[in-house]
Amino acid sequence: MASADGTVVLAAAGVRKRFGSLVVLDGVDLTVRADEAIGIVGPNGAGKTTLLNVLAGALRPSGGHVFLREVDVTAASAAKRCRMGIGRAHQIPRPFGDMTVFENVFVGAATGGRLGKKAAYSRCIDVLERCNLIDLANRRAESLGLLHRKRLELARALATGPDVLLLDEIGAGLTDAEAAELIETIREIRRQKIAVVWIEHIVHVLVQVVARLVCMDAGRVIADGEPDVVMKDSAVIDAFLGSEVA
Amino acid sequence: MLLEVQALEARHGLLQAVRDVSLKVAEGETLALVGANGAGKTTLLRTIAGGHRAAAGRVLFDGTDVTRSSAHKRVRMGIALVPEGRHLFPRLTVDENLRVAGGNGRKGPWSLDAVYAAFPNLEPLRRHRAGTLSGGEQQATAIGRALMTNPRLLLVDEASLGLSPVAVDGVYRSLQTVIESGATIILVEQDLRRAMKVATRISCMLEGRIVLEGTPSELTREAVVDAYFGLREAGTSQATA
Repeated sequence: MASADGTVVLAAAGVRKRFGSLVVLDGVDLTVRADEAIGIVGPNGAGKTTLLNVLAGALRPSGGHVFLREVDVTAASAAKRCRMGIGRAHQIPRPFGDMTVFENVFVGAATGGRLGKKAAYSRCIDVLERCNLIDLANRRAESLGLLHRKRLELARALATGPDVLLLDEIGAGLTDAEAAELIETIREIRRQKIAVVWIEHIVHVLVQVVARLVCMDAGRVIADGEPDVVMKDSAVIDAFLGSEVA
Repeated sequence: MLLEVQALEARHGLLQAVRDVSLKVAEGETLALVGANGAGKTTLLRTIAGGHRAAAGRVLFDGTDVTRSSAHKRVRMGIALVPEGRHLFPRLTVDENLRVAGGNGRKGPWSLDAVYAAFPNLEPLRRHRAGTLSGGEQQATAIGRALMTNPRLLLVDEASLGLSPVAVDGVYRSLQTVIESGATIILVEQDLRRAMKVATRISCMLEGRIVLEGTPSELTREAVVDAYFGLREAGTSQATA
């Protein structure tokens, strides 16, 4: 893939993660360039969310390194990485239920944004508009339905002003129309020059946004390339559906 | 028709896991459900078994509407679920696990002796606590426990999950015995080759819907793969939203 801005924004090098005797990440290398949107697929238990946790700083790897713009952040906390430019949206949105949509997003802007109050306010407005939440800005978060919760989760991550956005299964459970809206929102984010790493089981949604697909299985990257090629790779199909021959 | 599911919907809070699913299973059929993680397979099985409430639609069992019936009532009518993760009583012995189920079902051919005949590897373990067994032995016990209720419809969720290939072979040999005894089965299976081998019919789920259905001879691996990932709609009987 040709890159207009081929700078590496985020990289995992030989990342390993064990939980007790269980090896969940077994030497993962991943390079994310500043202009890239990458999809990560893989069967259950492949290590996708664990990789995202290691990239975001929620988990320390058992081995290997994470680099953010060539700075080794392996030992940096999630909060620090957030301030350094890693935004993250979780699979299960957990907004502050008692707070309004705006306040939730403001927490993101204030935490990760390194902004003054006024600048943080205007970033919140901007993010809420981009995520189609502006009309709900004064609603309490707990009153939101699933689609809007997912959008709020995305908005909170965006409000931290990330250079790279990590998304964990934000498409699950959406209707077709809702998924189409989500795709449009992510495309809009891409136009803001934010790199995206997106874990998603719903492959046909993913491939509408990403130009590169990484498939993981048993803690390893087993394929990495153009979505069409990766999804036809027999090792990838075998990882999901079992091998064709006994 | 032994089982008829009509326009079934099931939710987990805000998330709709099963969307407008209709399917029929005739006596003696083995239906395999395949589909990616989160496609709704487990929720569908649980909703048929009564372990999960239907948000809309109907479940008819031998012509009777059981949509609002409790799980234990459905067991007495002849629906048994082998849950994902097996969920045995770990401190009870194999014998005890089987007998607990035996008191709650229908009368029929399955008894302790019949289960041990179908699962010969369990016989020497009958006084062992279930928690001390290997994964494959536990899976066999879980299937045996469901059979003890003498089900007319056996629902098996991910029988091979977390098992070694050898253990999976063992579980499938036992299932084959059950199938040959004329049982009606719905099976959730990630391994397509196994599903194709054991099933009379295959349904592929995607995001809560059944997007492809057919007999193993009608379906190619390629067609199932496309439906599984939702990558190509042509050539599949794509359900409408």
